[in-house]
Amino acid sequence: MNQAVLEKDTTLEKEGEARLGIVDCDIHPAFGSPTELAKFLPLRWRDHLADYGQRSANPVVGTLPYPRMTPGNGMRRDAWPPNGGPPASDLAYLQEQLLDPLGIEYGILQPLAAGSSTLNQELGAAMCAAVNDWQLDKWTGPDPRLKASICVTQEDATAALAEIEARIGDRSFAQIAIPPRTIEPAGRRRYWPIYEAAEHYDMPIGMHSAAYGQHTNSGAGWLNFYIEEHYAFSHSLQSVVTSMVFEGVFERFPKLKLVVVEGGFAWAAPLMWRLDKQWERMRSEVPHVKRPPSEYIRENVWFTTQPIEEPENNRHLLDTLRWVGTDRLMFSTDYPHWDFDDPRYAFKVPLSPTERARIFRDNAKSVYRLP
Amino acid sequence: MDTAVTQQRPVLSQLGAIDCDVHPDAPGRDDLLPYFDDYWREIVTTRDVDRLELTNFPTRTKPFFREDWKKTEGKGVEKLRKNLLDPYGLKYAILNCVTAVHAIYDPYLATAVCRATNDWLKAEWLDRDPRLRASLVLPMQNPEAAVEEIERFAGDKRFVQVLALCMGEMPLGRRIYWPIYEAAQRHGFALGVHAGSAYRHAPSQSGFLSYLAEDYVHQIQGFAAQVGSFVAEGVLGKFPDMKIVLIESGVSWLPGQMWRMSKDWRGARIEIPWVKEPPSALVRRQIRMTTQPFDAPRDPAELERIIEHLDCDDMLLFSTDYPHAQFEGEAAIPAGFPERLLDRLVRDNALATYPRLPRNSGLED
Repeated sequence: MNQAVLEKDTTLEKEGEARLGIVDCDIHPAFGSPTELAKFLPLRWRDHLADYGQRSANPVVGTLPYPRMTPGNGMRRDAWPPNGGPPASDLAYLQEQLLDPLGIEYGILQPLAAGSSTLNQELGAAMCAAVNDWQLDKWTGPDPRLKASICVTQEDATAALAEIEARIGDRSFAQIAIPPRTIEPAGRRRYWPIYEAAEHYDMPIGMHSAAYGQHTNSGAGWLNFYIEEHYAFSHSLQSVVTSMVFEGVFERFPKLKLVVVEGGFAWAAPLMWRLDKQWERMRSEVPHVKRPPSEYIRENVWFTTQPIEEPENNRHLLDTLRWVGTDRLMFSTDYPHWDFDDPRYAFKVPLSPTERARIFRDNAKSVYRLP
Repeated sequence: MDTAVTQQRPVLSQLGAIDCDVHPDAPGRDDLLPYFDDYWREIVTTRDVDRLELTNFPTRTKPFFREDWKKTEGKGVEKLRKNLLDPYGLKYAILNCVTAVHAIYDPYLATAVCRATNDWLKAEWLDRDPRLRASLVLPMQNPEAAVEEIERFAGDKRFVQVLALCMGEMPLGRRIYWPIYEAAQRHGFALGVHAGSAYRHAPSQSGFLSYLAEDYVHQIQGFAAQVGSFVAEGVLGKFPDMKIVLIESGVSWLPGQMWRMSKDWRGARIEIPWVKEPPSALVRRQIRMTTQPFDAPRDPAELERIIEHLDCDDMLLFSTDYPHAQFEGEAAIPAGFPERLLDRLVRDNALATYPRLPRNSGLED
């Protein structure tokens, strides 16, 4: 009987595929060469980068502290453009391999090389501005399906606000991007000016998993292996959600939209249960949090789906979808990374046409205000 | 479990329940003084080493404790008997003495306090009620001394487990701890990993949290990191006879992690070639969890779904987390727990996890 249901749904999915334009909430554009960003930087910072480089809390230069399993620091082996350059550095090939065949109606660019995690914050601000110009020049201008992220230096809220103000009028930008591994918990007041602007301009805050930060990647110390680090990315997102709820961010900015990116989503349900329980038990400690945490999350937070969890029994995912809510989920591929989720195969459970439309298109269109 | 909450005591008593997470009052200096040698007695007195509470589990925190239990007359074993052992008809209760000894920097002081604490547990608790069992408190800061402490108590089978924090100095899979696991396995101890942080590192990747409520929420990250570490470092394969018990972990976060780690393992296993099986299989074979608290939705039907996701009938161990406030009335078994697993939950899984417990712990005993 189960099989019959699956068969029926597969047919529906295939029919839907042709019609449903997909919004991919996580595409990583790359530089064609290490100097590609230079022309968007003032001379002062170009010289600085040439002489000193871009320092981050990553302890190793030239190699990732947790080296990936495939060339290009964890790229899909088939994503190298025939014309040269690293994966996702060539628009024509990105169109040919990702946007056109998979019917991607919109793609949200998540540049990882931005200045947000740069220790020299003035350089970081300049790099963010340059990356923002670069996204317009190389990607969103030539292909309007692509939408850019306003990259900002979250640790310097004043500089972040200036960058937001400079970009906000351009609808090529769909979100404000901040790495989740902030120096202080994401709900702290030092970040509130950014949230205030985001709410004011109805721009979502996108927090994409970051490969390094200034604190250990677990409360038990540094993890030794990539397979541990990779899962711990989802912890930084859990902390963002927890801190923003308990510091009262969503109470103060009720219209703020937060998108947490590239952490999967199965953890969101147990986190909500735990948050609600602790809130109930310890309300007197956080009287400024007026409602159960899950209520804020169900109004203010969205989760991109990749890397989607894959239970041994596919149908267990149906419980997870019910618990998290298909109205909170937004499909993402993470192109061109090794753990890319293909929209045709990522969900190994039957979805109703409505659920499918929500996850693959409608939620993102509404959150990012896409036409 | 459909049984009304008021009927749990007879059920537990009838099955010979084993409570796998009970907290004795943390000892102060005066309690421990008789158990120090002259040097350490003078040191802890002169240097004001007294109350050792973890900052993330302060005993003053009102919402952490059950008022009804607190009000009971008496102290120590006497109070425990009145509140828990007698009314719940427990066959055994495993004492986990979670203190800030894990957070002391001086490895020799930590060792001395661990030794005194274990001797105190033995004299003040284990010797006073035959139903009590305990976890050895180990100075993880000093693995050599931790091994000696295991050897010192190897002959006393009332100690059934060795205890570490879920957020200590280093992830627990690291090789530096392997001699401890070798000794623990050899003598049949389980490794208990209890909620709590030594604050060597911030509990979040974005630093220390403003509120205790957030801190408690973050314990699940510590546990998840330890599961990842045990899997990736190869501890589970290396010490196959030592069960690892996650105590006060919240439980429901584990299925999602197993799904993710097994998926990642398929793509990234070249990094850890010594891990020959999907992480979920290793976890189900060797990781165990106590059931209070159990983070779940209000609808009891959902709890059964979570247990199906765990997909391991051997995994869950009954606990009350006494004297902490985790459940109402006598509803120690989470509402919705499947009847068919009740024997395993309250007794059989514990017996399989702790080989040092007497084997004939069934009804007839």
